[in-house]
Amino acid sequence: MGKKNIFDALLISSRDLSERYSMLTLRLPDSIGEMEVLPGQFVEIRVTDSPSTYLRRPISICDYDAAERMMTLLIRRAGEGTEHLCNLPIGAKVDILGPLGNGFTLPAAGTSALLAGGGIGVAPLMLLGKRMRQAGVNVTLLLGARTADEILLLDEFKAIGNVAVSTDDGSLGEKGYAADNSVLNRRYDLVCTCGPKPMMVGIARKAHATGSPCEVSLENLMACGLGACLCCVEPTLKGNLRACVEGPVFDTSQLLWEL
Amino acid sequence: MDNRHHTQPATSVKMEVEIAGMKMKNPMLTASGTFGFGEEFADFIDLEKLGGFIVKGTTLEPREGNPYPRMAETPSGMLNAVGLQNKGVDHFVNEIYPRLKRLNTNVLVNVSGAKIDDYVAVAERLAPLAAIPAIEVNISCPNVKQGGMAFGTTTDGAAAVTEAIRKVWPRTLIVKLSPNVTSISDIAMAVEDAGADSVSLINTIMGMAIDVERRRPCLSTITGGLSGAAVRPVAVRMVWQVAKAVDIPVIGLGGISSGRDVIEFMLAGARAVQIGTANFIDPQVTVKAIDWMEQWCSRHGVTDINEIVGEI
Repeated sequence: MGKKNIFDALLISSRDLSERYSMLTLRLPDSIGEMEVLPGQFVEIRVTDSPSTYLRRPISICDYDAAERMMTLLIRRAGEGTEHLCNLPIGAKVDILGPLGNGFTLPAAGTSALLAGGGIGVAPLMLLGKRMRQAGVNVTLLLGARTADEILLLDEFKAIGNVAVSTDDGSLGEKGYAADNSVLNRRYDLVCTCGPKPMMVGIARKAHATGSPCEVSLENLMACGLGACLCCVEPTLKGNLRACVEGPVFDTSQLLWEL
Repeated sequence: MDNRHHTQPATSVKMEVEIAGMKMKNPMLTASGTFGFGEEFADFIDLEKLGGFIVKGTTLEPREGNPYPRMAETPSGMLNAVGLQNKGVDHFVNEIYPRLKRLNTNVLVNVSGAKIDDYVAVAERLAPLAAIPAIEVNISCPNVKQGGMAFGTTTDGAAAVTEAIRKVWPRTLIVKLSPNVTSISDIAMAVEDAGADSVSLINTIMGMAIDVERRRPCLSTITGGLSGAAVRPVAVRMVWQVAKAVDIPVIGLGGISSGRDVIEFMLAGARAVQIGTANFIDPQVTVKAIDWMEQWCSRHGVTDINEIVGEI
Protein backbone atom coordinates (compact mmCIF):
# COMPACT_ATOMS: atom_id res chain seq x y z
CA MET A 1 0.00 0.00 0.00
CA GLY A 2 1.28 3.44 -0.92
CA LYS A 3 1.66 6.46 1.25
CA LYS A 4 -1.47 8.22 2.47
CA ASN A 5 -1.72 11.91 1.75
CA ILE A 6 -3.72 14.88 2.92
CA PHE A 7 -4.14 17.69 0.44
CA ASP A 8 -6.42 20.33 -0.99
CA ALA A 9 -7.59 19.45 -4.49
CA LEU A 10 -9.14 21.94 -6.87
CA LEU A 11 -12.65 21.27 -8.14
CA ILE A 12 -12.49 21.74 -11.89
CA SER A 13 -15.82 20.26 -12.93
CA SER A 14 -19.03 19.15 -11.29
CA ARG A 15 -21.67 17.50 -13.42
CA ASP A 16 -25.08 16.16 -12.44
CA LEU A 17 -25.50 12.69 -13.93
CA SER A 18 -29.05 12.37 -12.66
CA GLU A 19 -31.24 13.85 -9.97
CA ARG A 20 -29.32 12.01 -7.25
CA TYR A 21 -25.80 11.59 -8.64
CA SER A 22 -23.01 14.00 -9.46
CA MET A 23 -19.56 13.53 -10.92
CA LEU A 24 -16.78 15.69 -9.50
CA THR A 25 -13.42 16.09 -11.22
CA LEU A 26 -10.55 17.32 -9.08
CA ARG A 27 -7.05 18.45 -9.89
CA LEU A 28 -4.50 17.26 -7.36
CA PRO A 29 -1.73 19.56 -6.17
CA ASP A 30 1.83 19.00 -7.43
CA SER A 31 3.01 18.99 -3.81
CA ILE A 32 1.94 15.40 -3.21
CA GLY A 33 4.27 14.06 -5.90
CA GLU A 34 3.67 10.71 -7.52
CA MET A 35 0.54 9.16 -6.04
CA GLU A 36 -0.46 5.60 -6.77
CA VAL A 37 -4.15 4.69 -6.70
CA LEU A 38 -5.41 1.11 -6.71
CA PRO A 39 -8.87 0.48 -8.19
CA GLY A 40 -11.22 0.06 -5.24
CA GLN A 41 -9.45 2.54 -3.00
CA PHE A 42 -11.30 5.54 -1.61
CA VAL A 43 -10.71 8.99 -0.20
CA GLU A 44 -12.14 10.71 2.89
CA ILE A 45 -13.41 14.19 2.13
CA ARG A 46 -13.78 16.89 4.71
CA VAL A 47 -16.99 18.82 4.21
CA THR A 48 -16.46 22.36 5.34
CA ASP A 49 -19.17 24.97 5.80
CA SER A 50 -21.77 22.31 6.53
CA PRO A 51 -22.47 22.56 10.26
CA SER A 52 -24.33 19.27 10.49
CA THR A 53 -21.47 17.34 8.88
CA TYR A 54 -18.84 16.50 11.48
CA LEU A 55 -16.90 13.56 10.08
CA ARG A 56 -15.25 13.17 6.70
CA ARG A 57 -17.19 11.39 3.97
CA PRO A 58 -15.67 8.23 2.46
CA ILE A 59 -15.98 8.31 -1.34
CA SER A 60 -14.76 5.68 -3.84
CA ILE A 61 -12.26 6.79 -6.41
CA CYS A 62 -14.06 6.47 -9.74
CA ASP A 63 -11.21 7.39 -12.04
CA TYR A 64 -7.64 8.60 -11.69
CA ASP A 65 -5.17 9.94 -14.21
CA ALA A 66 -1.75 10.11 -12.56
CA ALA A 67 -0.12 11.97 -15.47
CA GLU A 68 -2.77 14.69 -15.54
CA ARG A 69 -3.18 14.61 -11.75
CA MET A 70 -6.94 14.29 -12.12
CA MET A 71 -9.26 12.34 -9.87
CA THR A 72 -12.93 11.68 -10.56
CA LEU A 73 -15.48 10.94 -7.86
CA LEU A 74 -19.11 9.92 -8.13
CA ILE A 75 -21.27 11.24 -5.34
CA ARG A 76 -24.82 10.36 -4.40
CA ARG A 77 -26.82 13.06 -2.68
CA ALA A 78 -27.45 10.93 0.38
CA GLY A 79 -27.51 13.58 3.09
CA GLU A 80 -26.41 17.08 3.93
CA GLY A 81 -22.69 16.32 3.63
CA THR A 82 -22.83 14.79 0.16
CA GLU A 83 -25.43 17.35 -0.93
CA HIS A 84 -22.96 20.06 0.02
CA LEU A 85 -20.17 18.37 -1.97
CA CYS A 86 -22.38 18.10 -5.06
CA ASN A 87 -23.17 21.81 -4.82
CA LEU A 88 -19.57 23.03 -4.47
CA PRO A 89 -18.69 25.75 -6.97
CA ILE A 90 -16.01 25.18 -9.60
CA GLY A 91 -12.70 26.37 -8.21
CA ALA A 92 -13.51 25.24 -4.68
CA LYS A 93 -10.77 23.64 -2.62
CA VAL A 94 -11.60 20.14 -1.47
CA ASP A 95 -9.76 18.70 1.56
CA ILE A 96 -8.91 15.10 0.72
CA LEU A 97 -7.35 12.28 2.71
CA GLY A 98 -6.18 9.30 0.73
CA PRO A 99 -5.91 7.09 -1.09
CA LEU A 100 -7.20 4.71 1.57
CA GLY A 101 -7.91 1.00 1.83
CA ASN A 102 -6.89 -1.91 -0.34
CA GLY A 103 -8.07 -2.56 -3.88
CA PHE A 104 -9.56 -5.24 -6.09
CA THR A 105 -7.34 -7.99 -7.45
CA LEU A 106 -6.08 -7.32 -10.96
CA PRO A 107 -6.25 -10.67 -12.75
CA ALA A 108 -3.81 -11.89 -15.42
CA ALA A 109 -4.13 -11.19 -19.13
CA GLY A 110 -6.51 -13.46 -20.98
CA THR A 111 -8.71 -14.13 -17.97
CA SER A 112 -12.35 -13.11 -17.68
CA ALA A 113 -13.87 -10.76 -15.14
CA LEU A 114 -17.36 -9.58 -14.37
CA LEU A 115 -17.68 -6.19 -12.71
CA ALA A 116 -21.11 -5.68 -11.18
CA GLY A 117 -22.17 -2.33 -9.74
CA GLY A 118 -25.44 -1.15 -8.27
CA GLY A 119 -26.33 2.52 -7.99
CA ILE A 120 -23.37 4.54 -6.69
CA GLY A 121 -21.48 1.23 -6.48
CA VAL A 122 -20.47 1.53 -10.13
CA ALA A 123 -17.94 4.21 -9.08
CA PRO A 124 -14.85 2.06 -8.40
CA LEU A 125 -15.60 -0.13 -11.43
CA MET A 126 -14.55 2.61 -13.85
CA LEU A 127 -10.89 2.68 -12.83
CA LEU A 128 -10.97 -1.07 -12.22
CA GLY A 129 -12.42 -1.74 -15.68
CA LYS A 130 -9.87 0.51 -17.37
CA ARG A 131 -6.95 -1.12 -15.58
CA MET A 132 -8.27 -4.59 -16.37
CA ARG A 133 -8.75 -3.73 -20.01
CA GLN A 134 -5.19 -2.38 -20.19
CA ALA A 135 -4.01 -5.60 -18.57
CA GLY A 136 -5.71 -7.69 -21.26
CA VAL A 137 -8.53 -9.01 -19.10
CA ASN A 138 -11.79 -9.81 -20.86
CA VAL A 139 -14.18 -7.51 -18.99
CA THR A 140 -17.95 -7.79 -18.76
CA LEU A 141 -19.83 -5.11 -16.85
CA LEU A 142 -23.17 -5.41 -15.13
CA LEU A 143 -24.85 -2.16 -14.13
CA GLY A 144 -27.95 -2.13 -11.96
CA ALA A 145 -30.22 0.70 -10.88
CA ARG A 146 -33.85 1.47 -10.13
CA THR A 147 -34.49 3.11 -13.51
CA ALA A 148 -32.69 3.83 -16.81
CA ASP A 149 -32.02 7.40 -15.59
CA GLU A 150 -29.83 6.08 -12.84
CA ILE A 151 -27.64 3.85 -14.98
CA LEU A 152 -24.52 5.95 -14.74
CA LEU A 153 -21.69 6.44 -17.25
CA LEU A 154 -23.08 3.88 -19.69
CA ASP A 155 -21.04 5.11 -22.67
CA GLU A 156 -17.85 5.19 -20.67
CA PHE A 157 -18.42 1.63 -19.48
CA LYS A 158 -19.19 0.47 -23.02
CA ALA A 159 -15.68 1.61 -23.99
CA ILE A 160 -14.30 -0.87 -21.46
CA GLY A 161 -16.19 -4.06 -22.28
CA ASN A 162 -19.53 -5.68 -22.86
CA VAL A 163 -22.19 -4.05 -20.71
CA ALA A 164 -25.27 -5.79 -19.32
CA VAL A 165 -27.93 -3.73 -17.56
CA SER A 166 -30.66 -4.47 -15.05
CA THR A 167 -33.29 -1.96 -13.96
CA ASP A 168 -35.98 -2.54 -11.38
CA ASP A 169 -38.63 -1.14 -13.71
CA GLY A 170 -37.28 -2.65 -16.93
CA SER A 171 -36.71 0.77 -18.52
CA LEU A 172 -33.27 -0.41 -19.69
CA GLY A 173 -31.78 -3.89 -20.04
CA GLU A 174 -33.29 -6.78 -18.15
CA LYS A 175 -36.14 -6.07 -15.75
CA GLY A 176 -35.36 -6.96 -12.17
CA TYR A 177 -32.42 -6.98 -9.81
CA ALA A 178 -28.83 -7.02 -11.01
CA ALA A 179 -28.27 -10.24 -9.07
CA ASP A 180 -30.82 -11.94 -11.33
CA ASN A 181 -29.22 -10.80 -14.61
CA SER A 182 -28.53 -13.66 -17.01
CA VAL A 183 -24.92 -12.54 -17.41
CA LEU A 184 -24.31 -14.11 -14.00
CA ASN A 185 -25.17 -17.60 -15.19
CA ARG A 186 -21.66 -18.40 -16.40
CA ARG A 187 -18.32 -18.72 -14.66
CA TYR A 188 -15.74 -15.91 -14.56
CA ASP A 189 -12.16 -15.96 -13.33
CA LEU A 190 -13.13 -13.10 -11.03
CA VAL A 191 -16.35 -11.34 -10.11
CA CYS A 192 -16.01 -7.89 -8.52
CA THR A 193 -19.00 -6.14 -7.06
CA CYS A 194 -19.88 -2.92 -5.28
CA GLY A 195 -23.32 -1.68 -4.33
CA PRO A 196 -26.06 -2.11 -1.76
CA LYS A 197 -25.44 -5.10 0.47
CA PRO A 198 -28.49 -7.15 -0.66
CA MET A 199 -27.30 -6.79 -4.25
CA MET A 200 -23.75 -7.82 -3.40
CA VAL A 201 -25.01 -10.83 -1.45
CA GLY A 202 -27.11 -11.82 -4.48
CA ILE A 203 -24.16 -11.41 -6.85
CA ALA A 204 -21.88 -13.31 -4.47
CA ARG A 205 -24.37 -16.21 -4.33
CA LYS A 206 -24.46 -16.44 -8.12
CA ALA A 207 -20.68 -16.28 -8.27
CA HIS A 208 -20.47 -18.99 -5.65
CA ALA A 209 -22.93 -21.15 -7.62
CA THR A 210 -20.90 -20.86 -10.83
CA GLY A 211 -17.58 -21.39 -9.06
CA SER A 212 -16.37 -17.84 -9.70
CA PRO A 213 -14.11 -16.18 -7.12
CA CYS A 214 -15.84 -13.05 -5.87
CA GLU A 215 -14.60 -9.80 -4.35
CA VAL A 216 -16.95 -7.28 -2.79
CA SER A 217 -16.35 -3.65 -1.86
CA LEU A 218 -18.10 -2.87 1.42
CA GLU A 219 -19.65 0.46 2.31
CA ASN A 220 -19.59 0.03 6.09
CA LEU A 221 -20.14 3.20 8.12
CA MET A 222 -16.76 4.70 8.76
CA ALA A 223 -15.28 7.42 10.93
CA CYS A 224 -11.51 7.83 10.57
CA GLY A 225 -10.72 5.85 7.41
CA LEU A 226 -7.23 5.25 8.81
CA GLY A 227 -7.72 2.11 10.87
CA ALA A 228 -7.72 3.87 14.21
CA CYS A 229 -11.33 3.97 15.38
CA LEU A 230 -12.43 0.38 14.61
CA CYS A 231 -15.95 1.51 13.73
CA CYS A 232 -16.21 0.06 10.20
CA VAL A 233 -15.35 -3.54 11.02
CA GLU A 234 -16.70 -6.54 9.13
CA PRO A 235 -16.86 -10.02 10.67
CA THR A 236 -14.50 -12.37 8.79
CA LEU A 237 -12.84 -15.74 9.27
CA LYS A 238 -9.99 -13.79 10.89
CA GLY A 239 -12.28 -11.88 13.25
CA ASN A 240 -13.53 -8.33 12.89
CA LEU A 241 -11.47 -6.62 10.20
CA ARG A 242 -11.46 -2.93 9.36
CA ALA A 243 -13.20 -2.07 6.09
CA CYS A 244 -10.95 1.00 5.81
CA VAL A 245 -7.62 -0.88 5.97
CA GLU A 246 -8.05 -4.61 5.38
CA GLY A 247 -10.92 -3.62 3.04
CA PRO A 248 -13.00 -2.11 1.59
CA VAL A 249 -12.49 -5.02 -0.81
CA PHE A 250 -12.88 -8.49 0.65
CA ASP A 251 -12.90 -11.91 -0.96
CA THR A 252 -16.31 -13.36 -0.14
CA SER A 253 -14.65 -16.62 0.93
CA GLN A 254 -13.25 -14.66 3.89
CA LEU A 255 -16.59 -13.20 4.96
CA LEU A 256 -19.28 -14.80 7.10
CA TRP A 257 -22.02 -14.22 4.54
CA GLU A 258 -24.39 -17.11 3.90
CA LEU A 259 -23.83 -17.91 0.23
CA MET B 1 2.22 15.62 2.49
CA ASP B 2 1.85 19.34 2.24
CA ASN B 3 3.36 21.68 4.77
CA ARG B 4 0.25 23.48 5.87
CA HIS B 5 0.81 22.88 9.53
CA HIS B 6 4.27 24.38 9.57
CA THR B 7 4.21 27.93 10.76
CA GLN B 8 6.79 30.40 11.95
CA PRO B 9 8.78 28.99 14.85
CA ALA B 10 7.68 30.72 18.02
CA THR B 11 10.17 32.38 20.29
CA SER B 12 11.45 30.15 23.02
CA VAL B 13 8.41 29.14 25.02
CA LYS B 14 8.94 26.35 27.49
CA MET B 15 6.40 23.74 26.48
CA GLU B 16 7.67 20.85 28.60
CA VAL B 17 5.33 19.50 31.24
CA GLU B 18 5.62 16.63 33.66
CA ILE B 19 3.02 14.16 34.86
CA ALA B 20 4.29 12.57 38.04
CA GLY B 21 7.73 11.77 36.71
CA MET B 22 6.75 11.34 33.07
CA LYS B 23 8.47 14.13 31.18
CA MET B 24 6.71 15.39 28.08
CA LYS B 25 8.13 17.76 25.45
CA ASN B 26 4.73 19.43 25.30
CA PRO B 27 1.29 18.84 26.85
CA MET B 28 -0.07 17.05 23.76
CA LEU B 29 -1.18 13.43 23.99
CA THR B 30 -3.64 11.58 21.80
CA ALA B 31 -6.61 9.77 23.28
CA SER B 32 -6.81 6.03 23.43
CA GLY B 33 -8.94 4.43 20.73
CA THR B 34 -8.56 7.34 18.36
CA PHE B 35 -4.94 6.97 17.34
CA GLY B 36 -4.44 3.24 16.78
CA PHE B 37 -0.83 2.39 17.62
CA GLY B 38 0.38 5.73 16.34
CA GLU B 39 1.63 4.15 13.14
CA GLU B 40 -1.72 4.83 11.45
CA PHE B 41 -0.84 8.53 11.61
CA ALA B 42 2.84 8.35 10.69
CA ASP B 43 2.16 9.37 7.07
CA PHE B 44 0.67 12.65 8.29
CA ILE B 45 2.68 13.80 11.28
CA ASP B 46 6.02 13.25 12.95
CA LEU B 47 4.97 11.23 16.01
CA GLU B 48 8.02 12.51 17.88
CA LYS B 49 6.57 16.03 17.87
CA LEU B 50 3.89 14.87 20.30
CA GLY B 51 4.23 14.88 24.04
CA GLY B 52 3.11 11.30 23.68
CA PHE B 53 0.34 9.06 22.49
CA ILE B 54 -1.89 6.50 24.16
CA VAL B 55 -2.48 3.26 22.36
CA LYS B 56 -5.82 1.52 22.06
CA GLY B 57 -7.45 0.03 25.17
CA THR B 58 -5.70 -3.23 25.92
CA THR B 59 -7.20 -6.18 27.76
CA LEU B 60 -5.75 -9.44 29.04
CA GLU B 61 -7.46 -11.56 26.40
CA PRO B 62 -8.20 -10.58 22.79
CA ARG B 63 -11.64 -9.02 22.31
CA GLU B 64 -13.71 -8.81 19.13
CA GLY B 65 -15.73 -5.86 20.40
CA ASN B 66 -19.37 -5.13 19.70
CA PRO B 67 -21.34 -5.95 16.55
CA TYR B 68 -21.62 -3.47 13.70
CA PRO B 69 -22.96 -0.75 13.52
CA ARG B 70 -20.66 0.83 16.08
CA MET B 71 -20.77 4.45 15.04
CA ALA B 72 -23.28 7.22 14.47
CA GLU B 73 -22.56 10.80 13.55
CA THR B 74 -24.31 13.33 15.79
CA PRO B 75 -24.32 17.13 15.89
CA SER B 76 -20.65 18.18 16.23
CA GLY B 77 -19.75 14.73 17.44
CA MET B 78 -20.16 11.02 17.16
CA LEU B 79 -21.37 8.07 19.17
CA ASN B 80 -19.28 4.94 19.28
CA ALA B 81 -19.78 1.48 20.65
CA VAL B 82 -16.58 -0.22 19.60
CA GLY B 83 -16.43 -2.22 22.82
CA LEU B 84 -12.67 -2.47 23.31
CA GLN B 85 -11.83 -4.55 20.25
CA ASN B 86 -8.15 -5.41 20.67
CA LYS B 87 -5.75 -8.31 20.22
CA GLY B 88 -4.84 -8.59 23.88
CA VAL B 89 -1.83 -7.53 25.93
CA ASP B 90 0.47 -10.29 24.66
CA HIS B 91 0.00 -9.09 21.10
CA PHE B 92 0.97 -5.60 22.21
CA VAL B 93 4.01 -6.83 24.10
CA ASN B 94 5.26 -9.12 21.35
CA GLU B 95 4.22 -7.43 18.11
CA ILE B 96 3.63 -3.74 18.72
CA TYR B 97 6.00 -2.71 21.49
CA PRO B 98 9.18 -3.71 19.61
CA ARG B 99 8.17 -1.33 16.80
CA LEU B 100 7.34 1.58 19.10
CA LYS B 101 9.96 1.35 21.81
CA ARG B 102 12.60 3.42 20.03
CA LEU B 103 10.32 6.38 19.35
CA ASN B 104 11.49 9.57 21.02
CA THR B 105 8.13 10.27 22.59
CA ASN B 106 6.02 8.83 25.39
CA VAL B 107 4.05 5.75 24.40
CA LEU B 108 1.34 5.08 26.95
CA VAL B 109 -0.92 2.06 27.13
CA ASN B 110 -4.58 2.26 28.05
CA VAL B 111 -5.52 -0.72 30.22
CA SER B 112 -8.98 -2.22 30.53
CA GLY B 113 -10.52 -5.24 32.15
CA ALA B 114 -13.71 -6.91 33.24
CA LYS B 115 -12.44 -7.66 36.73
CA ILE B 116 -9.68 -6.33 38.95
CA ASP B 117 -7.47 -9.37 38.42
CA ASP B 118 -7.53 -8.71 34.67
CA TYR B 119 -6.38 -5.12 35.09
CA VAL B 120 -3.62 -6.28 37.39
CA ALA B 121 -2.50 -9.01 35.00
CA VAL B 122 -2.26 -6.53 32.11
CA ALA B 123 -0.30 -4.05 34.25
CA GLU B 124 2.05 -6.84 35.32
CA ARG B 125 2.80 -7.76 31.71
CA LEU B 126 3.44 -4.14 30.80
CA ALA B 127 5.60 -3.38 33.84
CA PRO B 128 8.84 -4.80 32.37
CA LEU B 129 8.50 -2.65 29.23
CA ALA B 130 10.89 0.16 30.12
CA ALA B 131 9.84 2.38 27.22
CA ILE B 132 6.27 2.60 28.52
CA PRO B 133 6.48 5.46 31.05
CA ALA B 134 2.83 5.36 32.07
CA ILE B 135 -0.38 3.44 31.84
CA GLU B 136 -3.84 4.90 31.71
CA VAL B 137 -6.37 2.77 33.53
CA ASN B 138 -9.75 2.80 31.86
CA ILE B 139 -12.44 2.54 34.51
CA SER B 140 -14.85 4.42 32.33
CA CYS B 141 -15.62 2.56 29.11
CA PRO B 142 -19.38 2.80 28.56
CA ASN B 143 -19.34 0.11 25.88
CA VAL B 144 -18.56 -3.11 27.70
CA LYS B 145 -21.10 -5.04 29.69
CA GLN B 146 -18.88 -6.09 32.56
CA GLY B 147 -16.40 -3.90 34.33
CA GLY B 148 -15.30 -0.83 32.47
CA MET B 149 -17.54 1.91 33.65
CA ALA B 150 -18.90 -0.19 36.52
CA PHE B 151 -15.62 0.47 38.36
CA GLY B 152 -15.58 4.12 37.45
CA THR B 153 -18.99 5.08 38.76
CA THR B 154 -18.45 4.37 42.44
CA THR B 155 -15.71 5.71 44.69
CA ASP B 156 -15.16 2.24 46.18
CA GLY B 157 -14.89 0.56 42.78
CA ALA B 158 -12.54 3.19 41.40
CA ALA B 159 -10.34 3.04 44.49
CA ALA B 160 -10.21 -0.75 44.50
CA VAL B 161 -8.95 -0.97 40.91
CA THR B 162 -6.44 1.80 41.47
CA GLU B 163 -5.09 0.27 44.65
CA ALA B 164 -4.67 -3.14 43.06
CA ILE B 165 -2.82 -1.79 40.02
CA ARG B 166 -0.68 0.52 42.15
CA LYS B 167 0.88 -2.57 43.74
CA VAL B 168 2.19 -3.90 40.43
CA TRP B 169 2.76 -0.80 38.29
CA PRO B 170 5.99 1.01 39.18
CA ARG B 171 5.79 4.07 36.96
CA THR B 172 3.24 6.83 36.30
CA LEU B 173 -0.29 5.63 36.95
CA ILE B 174 -3.08 7.59 35.31
CA VAL B 175 -6.73 6.75 35.93
CA LYS B 176 -9.23 7.72 33.23
CA LEU B 177 -12.49 8.93 34.69
CA SER B 178 -16.04 8.59 33.53
CA PRO B 179 -18.24 11.66 33.20
CA ASN B 180 -21.30 9.49 33.72
CA VAL B 181 -21.39 10.10 37.46
CA THR B 182 -22.99 12.53 39.86
CA SER B 183 -19.73 13.88 41.26
CA ILE B 184 -16.60 13.29 39.24
CA SER B 185 -14.58 15.10 41.92
CA ASP B 186 -15.47 12.43 44.47
CA ILE B 187 -14.20 9.70 42.14
CA ALA B 188 -11.03 11.70 41.44
CA MET B 189 -10.31 12.12 45.15
CA ALA B 190 -10.93 8.41 45.72
CA VAL B 191 -8.37 7.34 43.11
CA GLU B 192 -5.90 9.95 44.35
CA ASP B 193 -6.16 8.47 47.83
CA ALA B 194 -5.76 4.99 46.36
CA GLY B 195 -2.42 5.88 44.79
CA ALA B 196 -3.10 7.30 41.35
CA ASP B 197 -0.42 9.70 40.08
CA SER B 198 -2.78 11.50 37.74
CA VAL B 199 -6.33 11.46 36.44
CA SER B 200 -7.45 11.91 32.85
CA LEU B 201 -10.95 13.07 31.99
CA ILE B 202 -13.40 12.84 30.43
CA ASN B 203 -14.12 9.53 28.76
CA THR B 204 -17.17 9.55 26.48
CA ILE B 205 -20.60 10.60 27.70
CA MET B 206 -23.30 7.95 27.44
CA GLY B 207 -25.59 8.80 24.57
CA MET B 208 -28.06 7.36 22.12
CA ALA B 209 -29.37 8.05 18.63
CA ILE B 210 -32.30 6.59 16.72
CA ASP B 211 -32.76 6.19 12.96
CA VAL B 212 -36.30 7.49 12.66
CA GLU B 213 -36.89 6.05 9.18
CA ARG B 214 -35.94 2.53 10.20
CA ARG B 215 -37.26 3.10 13.73
CA ARG B 216 -34.17 1.40 15.08
CA PRO B 217 -31.29 2.53 17.31
CA CYS B 218 -28.30 3.68 15.26
CA LEU B 219 -25.91 1.49 17.30
CA SER B 220 -26.04 -2.28 17.72
CA THR B 221 -25.70 -1.73 21.47
CA ILE B 222 -28.47 0.91 21.51
CA THR B 223 -26.40 3.27 23.68
CA GLY B 224 -22.82 4.37 23.14
CA GLY B 225 -20.23 6.96 24.04
CA LEU B 226 -20.47 10.52 22.76
CA SER B 227 -17.27 12.29 21.77
CA GLY B 228 -16.22 15.21 19.63
CA ALA B 229 -16.62 18.96 19.90
CA ALA B 230 -20.14 18.55 21.31
CA VAL B 231 -18.82 17.33 24.68
CA ARG B 232 -16.17 20.00 25.16
CA PRO B 233 -17.98 22.38 27.55
CA VAL B 234 -18.91 19.45 29.77
CA ALA B 235 -15.29 18.31 29.80
CA VAL B 236 -13.94 21.77 30.56
CA ARG B 237 -16.31 22.07 33.50
CA MET B 238 -15.31 18.67 34.89
CA VAL B 239 -11.58 19.34 34.46
CA TRP B 240 -12.03 22.61 36.33
CA GLN B 241 -13.91 20.88 39.16
CA VAL B 242 -11.46 18.00 39.48
CA ALA B 243 -8.39 20.24 39.31
CA LYS B 244 -9.77 22.10 42.31
CA ALA B 245 -10.43 18.87 44.19
CA VAL B 246 -7.15 16.95 43.81
CA ASP B 247 -3.43 17.69 44.14
CA ILE B 248 -2.29 15.27 41.42
CA PRO B 249 -1.95 16.51 37.83
CA VAL B 250 -5.04 16.42 35.66
CA ILE B 251 -5.00 15.42 31.99
CA GLY B 252 -7.88 17.01 30.10
CA LEU B 253 -9.72 15.60 27.12
CA GLY B 254 -13.13 15.78 25.54
CA GLY B 255 -13.76 17.47 22.22
CA ILE B 256 -10.41 19.21 21.90
CA SER B 257 -10.04 20.18 18.25
CA SER B 258 -7.50 23.01 18.17
CA GLY B 259 -4.74 24.81 20.01
CA ARG B 260 -7.35 27.20 21.32
CA ASP B 261 -9.17 24.32 22.96
CA VAL B 262 -5.97 23.03 24.56
CA ILE B 263 -5.34 26.42 26.13
CA GLU B 264 -8.91 26.43 27.40
CA PHE B 265 -8.38 23.07 29.16
CA MET B 266 -5.07 24.19 30.63
CA LEU B 267 -6.59 27.37 31.99
CA ALA B 268 -9.26 25.17 33.56
CA GLY B 269 -6.59 23.12 35.32
CA ALA B 270 -5.21 20.50 32.91
CA ARG B 271 -1.42 19.95 33.01
CA ALA B 272 -1.61 17.93 29.78
CA VAL B 273 -4.32 17.15 27.25
CA GLN B 274 -5.43 14.48 24.84
CA ILE B 275 -6.90 14.96 21.39
CA GLY B 276 -9.24 12.18 20.32
CA THR B 277 -12.04 12.34 17.80
CA ALA B 278 -10.57 15.42 16.09
CA ASN B 279 -7.78 13.16 14.77
CA PHE B 280 -10.41 11.55 12.53
CA ILE B 281 -11.26 14.86 10.93
CA ASP B 282 -7.74 16.22 10.64
CA PRO B 283 -4.91 13.75 11.23
CA GLN B 284 -2.54 16.71 11.61
CA VAL B 285 -4.61 18.46 14.27
CA THR B 286 -2.16 17.63 17.08
CA VAL B 287 0.90 19.25 15.53
CA LYS B 288 -1.11 22.22 14.30
CA ALA B 289 -2.42 22.72 17.83
CA ILE B 290 1.10 22.61 19.30
CA ASP B 291 2.23 25.33 16.89
CA TRP B 292 -0.81 27.43 17.72
CA MET B 293 -0.19 27.07 21.45
CA GLU B 294 3.38 28.30 21.08
CA GLN B 295 2.14 31.34 19.21
CA TRP B 296 -0.55 31.95 21.81
CA CYS B 297 2.07 31.87 24.55
CA SER B 298 4.27 34.34 22.65
CA ARG B 299 1.29 36.59 22.09
CA HIS B 300 0.37 36.48 25.77
CA GLY B 301 3.90 36.85 27.11
CA VAL B 302 3.80 33.38 28.59
CA THR B 303 7.31 31.93 28.74
CA ASP B 304 6.41 28.62 30.38
CA ILE B 305 3.18 26.83 29.50
CA ASN B 306 2.98 25.57 33.10
CA GLU B 307 2.22 29.14 34.20
CA ILE B 308 -1.32 29.00 32.86
CA VAL B 309 -2.37 25.68 34.35
CA GLY B 310 -5.41 26.20 36.56
CA GLU B 311 -5.44 29.96 36.15
CA ILE B 312 -9.23 29.93 36.34
